This record gives sequence, C-alpha cells and structure tokens, in this order.
Amino acid sequence: MQIYLPIAELPISILMVLGLSGAVGFISGLFGVGGGFLLTPLLIFLDIPPAVAVATVAAQVAGSSTTGVLTYWRRRALDFKLGGVLVAGGILGTVLGVLFFNLMRRLGQLELVITLSYVTLFTIIGGLMLYDALRAMWRVRAGRPARLRRRAGTHPWWMGLPLRMRFYRSQLYASVIPIALLAIVIGFIGAVLGVGGGFILVPALIYFFRIPTAVVVGTSLFQILVTMTGATILHALTNQSVDLILAVLLLLGGVIGAQFGGRAARNLNVESFRLLLALLILSVGLRFAIELFIAPTEPFSVIVTEGIR
Amino acid sequence: MRHSLTILLLATLAALTAASARAETLIAAMSSHQIQINSNYTGDQLTVFGLVERDGRTAARGDPYDIIVTVRGPRRMLLVREKERLGPIWINRTQRRFPDNSVFLAVASNRPLNEIMSEETARRERIGIENAQRLPDPGLDFGRTTARFKDGMIRILAEKGLYSQEARGVTFLSNTLFSAPIPVPATAPTGSYEIDIVLYAGGVPLARQSTNFEVVKSGIEQRLATGAYEHSLLYGLATVALALFFGWLSSVVFRKD
Repeated sequence: MQIYLPIAELPISILMVLGLSGAVGFISGLFGVGGGFLLTPLLIFLDIPPAVAVATVAAQVAGSSTTGVLTYWRRRALDFKLGGVLVAGGILGTVLGVLFFNLMRRLGQLELVITLSYVTLFTIIGGLMLYDALRAMWRVRAGRPARLRRRAGTHPWWMGLPLRMRFYRSQLYASVIPIALLAIVIGFIGAVLGVGGGFILVPALIYFFRIPTAVVVGTSLFQILVTMTGATILHALTNQSVDLILAVLLLLGGVIGAQFGGRAARNLNVESFRLLLALLILSVGLRFAIELFIAPTEPFSVIVTEGIR
Repeated sequence: MRHSLTILLLATLAALTAASARAETLIAAMSSHQIQINSNYTGDQLTVFGLVERDGRTAARGDPYDIIVTVRGPRRMLLVREKERLGPIWINRTQRRFPDNSVFLAVASNRPLNEIMSEETARRERIGIENAQRLPDPGLDFGRTTARFKDGMIRILAEKGLYSQEARGVTFLSNTLFSAPIPVPATAPTGSYEIDIVLYAGGVPLARQSTNFEVVKSGIEQRLATGAYEHSLLYGLATVALALFFGWLSSVVFRKD
C-alpha cells in the first residue's frame, strides 16, 4: 500500500516505512541513541530528498526519545542537571556547526566532509568500543572483574579540573569544563551531519565519566529530545522540509519499536550491550567507507535545485 | 523535346504543390489537462489524440505520415556531478550546471526516430531526448566534457523514469487518426507540462500543434504543502506537538509497571 508524501513529493510504501522505523526505533530504545544516524541514510536510499530526510527524522527522533525520557524518568534514571549542562553546550556547538556547514557548502566540499566524517567518526568510535568490549569479555572469561573498579579518590585528570559540580543521580563529582566541551563537540557534529549525536554521547559519558549506563541512556535521550525539538522547528521555519505524513509514519513505527527496545535493554547485560552498540556503529562507518573507496558503477549524480538557474 | 517539356512542367507543378501544400493540419485533444495528486497517487497516464486533416487539394504523398510527440515538464536548474578518483578515495570533483532544464521529458513516435529523419534534421528540429533541451551556454563551453555530463544526466533521469523515448509510443488508429499515451510517473514534479506534436512525411515537417497539461497537488496533500510554506512556524510546532504526543501516548499505552 502506497501513500503520497506531500513535501518529499513521491509515493512510498506504508509497510516498508513502518518496518524500517520500527527496527530503528527498537535500536534507539535499546541503546538510548536517537537512531537518526541509521534512519537518515536509509530514507535517502529510498530516494527521499536529503533535506526532507534530515528534517523529518528530527521530528521522529523527538517523538521516540520522548517515550524513552518518560520511561527513564519514571525509573529515576535521568539526570536533569547533567542534561541541562549538555543542552547548554549543545546549543553553542550547534551554532558553530551551522556556520561550518555553510562555509563548506560555499566551498563546494560539503558532501566530502560529511562522508569523510561519517567514515572516520564511526569507524574510530566503533572500533575503539569494539576493542574495549572484547577486552572486557575476555577479562570475564579469564575470571577477572569485567573492568577495573573505580577506587575512591582516584579519577581521571579531566574530572578534577576547576568548576567542579556534583551530579547526584549520575554519581558524579566532576568539573563542568570537559562535560561542556563534550556537549559542544556533539552539537557541532550533530549540526554538520544532521544527527542527534547520542551514539557519541552515550559511550563518551560511559567511558570518560564512568556514569552508570542507565543514567547515561536516560540523560542522553533528554538531551536528544531538546535538540531535536529545536531542530524540527528550525527546519520547518527555514527550509519547509518537514514532511508531516512521513513524520507520522516514522513516529508510529518508531515509538512502538522503541518500547520493545527499552524492554529488551533491561534483559541485556552491560558487556553484550557495549559489544552490540560497537558493532552497529562500526558497520555504519564501514558502509560509508565502501562508498568512498569502491569505484562507483554510476559516477554521475544529478541534483535538482529549486530555482531554474 | 516537347515531351520532356511536359515532364518538366509537371515536375515543377508537383514541387510547387508540395511546397505550398502545407494543406495538412493537425487537430489534437487530450484525455485531461490536469493530473491531481491525492494521497494514493502513484503516477498517472494521459492520452493525446490527434487527427491529420487534409483538404481536397492535398496531393497524395508517397511517404507515410509520421507523428512525433514531445512532452517537456517543468524546468529547474540541474547540477550534475561526477565522481573521480583522488588517491584511494572517490569524490565528486567536477560538476556542470544545466540551467533551465526540463526535469521531465518524454518523446513518443510511431516508429524509431532514425527511420523518420536524419540525425542532423533531428538536431535542427530539436527532436529526441538528446536534442529536446537547450544546451548550457551554446558555443561557449559545449565541449566533450559537457556532452559526457549530459549523457550521464539523461541516463540517470531515464533510470528514474523521468526521461523516456518510445519508438512505438504513437499508434495510428486509421490513416489519419492517432493516439499517444503519456505515462507520468509519481516522481514527476508538479507544474505545467508542454506537449508538442509534429507531423512529418518523408522527414519533412508538415504541421505542428501544441497543447499542455499540469500536475497539481489536491486535497490534504495540497493543504499540507501550502501550510508548510505559508504557516511555517505553526506547521513546525504542530509537527513537534504531534511527535511529543505520539511519544507520550506510546509510554502510556505500553506502560506496565
């Protein structure tokens, strides 16, 4: 069954979009990532114009993260104070990212920047996480504790920088500077690549700040909810590229998928959680690497612009 | 001597008649002048009907009639890029602009174009997918590179069903009555489409006729599209409200604990 999308201006199979968004919603609920980094390339692959894909996915991510935020909030696994710091830094990063985006577009190298950053970012982060997850599993098999326990009084140097704040829910007492820097970087990357950035935020908070996984996921979802709500309104205002019908379809699949994902997350132990997330991120990176390194069968591409000249 | 003079006279007369006998006229009609896009729109098809009308003085022709129908869709600027190798990676390096270029192009004829006319004639008459468009900056930079980019563009748009050439797209129902179905794919842009119908005999154009149709959004599709443009903020807020509502609803519906 097909439905015509008024803004994307093409018909699309309802069942296929529901299935796709359901699967991505499941992953999003499972890992606490927005899922935009999976859904946006998939929609572009289905011939939906990139601008429409990015803007509409923002709306979908806002919806599916709402469900996650409510779930984690009820389970008291959401640190609003940490979330506030992340949102504030994220806004600054987004502004810088949009400026960089426009600069690259003027230079005509935007597409290369996007592909290259996808490849490097995803393969490096995915590779590091995979290495770490495998090492932890190997430790467990060898009969040692999965990770080195955090001992009282020891912490990485960046947590001891000035302006220390106490985040009760996250069991964290650390300097605001590295957290805000992380948020700025994520806002920047998010604006350039059109993704929420949860896939960077979640591992960074786990590895660099050793915050409990459940709180990380809930807080990351909160940050994603706020930024994606803003992004949807901005996209609708500036380039009218939000497709309401596509958004409804993505939301239907996404929120249901996210529910099951959230449930599955509770039955998943930390080690396999990290291994799976690592594999997922790595495979997206490799997918983009293939595009970059393999000779294309059709070297030409056509972009239809709005004006006539 | 006298005999040959008569032949010469007859030949001149015949030539004169042929020259002045643009006696054929084309009459064309369309099954519809508007395609409306509603929510279950998956493309549509229009039919062009035509009649070759001859008046009494029209000389009988040795060559059969040929009909070529060209449909040109809304014009946009097309940006064509080519991926090239740079070290180990493939990136877009060169690009060409094709301003004022139809996004939709369909050419239908009753038999293959190369049987109807020579290549030079086709170029001059702007017949066929390759010739139907004006070129960017004619004479200025139309080199082999631009030709390559143009071929690439035609190939990609043909794959998407936006460019098509049907060698058997026009059917003669009688000696003078013909019909041509024009399939319009769902991805064809909204806007106005021009149809040019030309009657040929022996590679010579005898008569022309043009008509048009438009593709428009209707109903909910049209209201959403205009809403997105005319009330951007409201549209954005409504989308967000809907998204948050869906998220909340799902957490209520699926709540177990």
